[in-house]
Amino acid sequence: MSQAATRNTHHLKVPVSASDIAKLKPGDIVYLEGVVYTAREGVYDRVLGKGQSLPIPDLAPISNVNFHCSPAASQSDEGSYIIGGVTATASFRFSKWMESWLDLTGTKIVIGKGGMPKDDYANILAPRGAVYLTTVGYGTGALLGRGVVGVRDVFWLDDLGIAQAMWMFDVKAFGPFIVDSDLEGNSLFAQHNDAIADHINSLYDGLKPPALSRYGETDDRKDEVM
Amino acid sequence: MTITADHIEEAAYHIMKKAAIDIPDDYLTGIEAMADKETGDLSAFVLSAMLDNYRAATEDRRPMCADTGLPRYYVKIGDNADMKSMVALDAALRKATANATHDVPLRPNRVHPLWRTEHNNNLGINAPEVEWSFEPDADWIDITTVHKGGLFGSDYRMLFPGDGIDGIKRFLLDTLIAFGKRGLACQPAIVGVGIGGSKDTCMQLGKQAACLRVVGDRNPDPEIAKLEHEFKELGNSIGMGAMGFVGSSMVVDCHIEVGYTHTGGMPVSVHTFCLSSRRATARIHSSGEITYRTDPRWFTPYMRREGIT
Ligand code: SF4
Repeated sequence: MSQAATRNTHHLKVPVSASDIAKLKPGDIVYLEGVVYTAREGVYDRVLGKGQSLPIPDLAPISNVNFHCSPAASQSDEGSYIIGGVTATASFRFSKWMESWLDLTGTKIVIGKGGMPKDDYANILAPRGAVYLTTVGYGTGALLGRGVVGVRDVFWLDDLGIAQAMWMFDVKAFGPFIVDSDLEGNSLFAQHNDAIADHINSLYDGLKPPALSRYGETDDRKDEVM
Repeated sequence: MTITADHIEEAAYHIMKKAAIDIPDDYLTGIEAMADKETGDLSAFVLSAMLDNYRAATEDRRPMCADTGLPRYYVKIGDNADMKSMVALDAALRKATANATHDVPLRPNRVHPLWRTEHNNNLGINAPEVEWSFEPDADWIDITTVHKGGLFGSDYRMLFPGDGIDGIKRFLLDTLIAFGKRGLACQPAIVGVGIGGSKDTCMQLGKQAACLRVVGDRNPDPEIAKLEHEFKELGNSIGMGAMGFVGSSMVVDCHIEVGYTHTGGMPVSVHTFCLSSRRATARIHSSGEITYRTDPRWFTPYMRREGIT
C-alpha cells in the first residue's frame, strides 16, 4: 500500500542513543535491533514495590528498551524456549511505576499497547529523554515473533510465570512500531482522539433520547435513572 | 463405523492449531477491501501491517497474535450421528485444548478469576466453554473452535420497546466509540448484535453472531439484513479507523441475531470479533472421515427454529 511506503521509517540499534531518540516524531515507524527486555506489573512490583535488586545490575548498556509484553512461549523438552507470537499488553496500567523505573534502569524507549496518558509523556518520559512506541494492530504477534531471533535470558520464570517473567530477547528487524510520544511530550493518540471528537456529537443528532438513563452517567449521586 | 473419542480429539487439535495460525479467508478478504478504501494514512498503515502479519503467521506456522484469546468450542451434533459417549466427547475436547496449548504454543490465558492460579493448559473450572446444538437429518458432528480475544469491545444494555432502532444505534455508537479509541477493541471488527431473548440469551446471540457467521453473510429476514448493512455503515462513519486513528475502518461486517423476548423489554448486546478473528470448524462424519473449513454454518434454519411455531 502506498501510504505504508511513504511513512518516515527508522531502523535503530539497541541500546538506543540519545540522538536517535531525538529524531523520532509521532507517527514515525521504528524497527529495532539488539536486546529488548520485558517488564510489567510482576517485575515492577518485585523491584520497585518489594525492593529486590534487578537481576542484571547494569541493564541500560545491554538494553534500554522496555517492552510491555507477554509472549506465547513454551519450553521444549530440551529446555530451550519456543517463542511463537509476541503481543504487547495495555500500558496505561503501568503508569504509576514509570517514573521510578526509568530513573532506576535508564530506560529510554517504552513499547506497549495503546499508549499512556498524555500527561505522563510531558511530565515523566520526555524530561528523562524517553519516548513511547506502540505496537501495531494490535495483533501483529507473528511479525513481532519473527523479529525475536533468540532468548538471551529469562529471569524469575518460576516465580512469575511465562506472562510476567523478565525476558531478554535478541531481536532483529523487530517491528513495526509507531512512535506515539516524542521528546516534546506530544501524543499521537491524543492528537487523533481530538480530531475524531469533533465529529462524534453529530453522530447522535436526531436519535431520540433513551427510555431509561443509566445511573452513573452523571456525577450527581441524587440522580435517578428514570 | 462409529465416531470415537480419538476422532474428536484429532479434529479438535487440528482446528485449535488452524484457528490460532490461519486467518479465515472471508475475514482476510474483508480487511483487504477495507485497506483499499481507507484514506486515513495511519489506519491504512495498520491494515497493511496486519496483512503482512497474517502472511507471516501462515508461513512460519506461528500464532497470528500472541494473545491467543480464550479457546472454546461450539458443537453441533447430527441427530443420526453414530456416537457412543457424550462424556468422552467432552473429555476429548479438553485433552485437545491442553495439547494444542503446549504445541502451538497458545498462551495459557486461563486463570482462576479470584486466585489467578493456572494449570498452564487453558483448562479450568467451567473452561473451556462448550456450547451444544443439534441438527436434524444429519449423521455428522461439527466442532467449531473460536479463540476470541479482547477484554474490550463487548457490552450489554436493557433497552425498551420505546427505544426502537434509535436506541440500538445509540448503544452501538457508545460501545464502538468507547472501545474504539486507541484501538482497544483491535478493530476493524466483525460486530455481532444480539437483540432479545433473556439477558443471557441476548449475550450469547450477539457473541455467536460475531464469531460464528462469516463476513458477507446476511440474516434471512430481509429487514434485519438491511439493518445489518445500516449498522455497518454507521460504525464506519464515526471517523475512526484501526487503532483509533482517523479513518473509516471500524466494522468489517455486522451480524444481527434475534430471539423472542419479554413483551416489556428489548435487551441488546454488542460484541466485537477483533483483527485476530480466529475460528475453524471440523466435520466428523459417521464414517470417521474428517473435513475442515472456516465457515461454522452454526445458524442453520433449524438453529434459528425458523418456521417452527
Ligand atoms: S483483541 Fe484480538 S488482535 Fe487484539 S490483542 Fe487481543 S486477540 Fe490480539
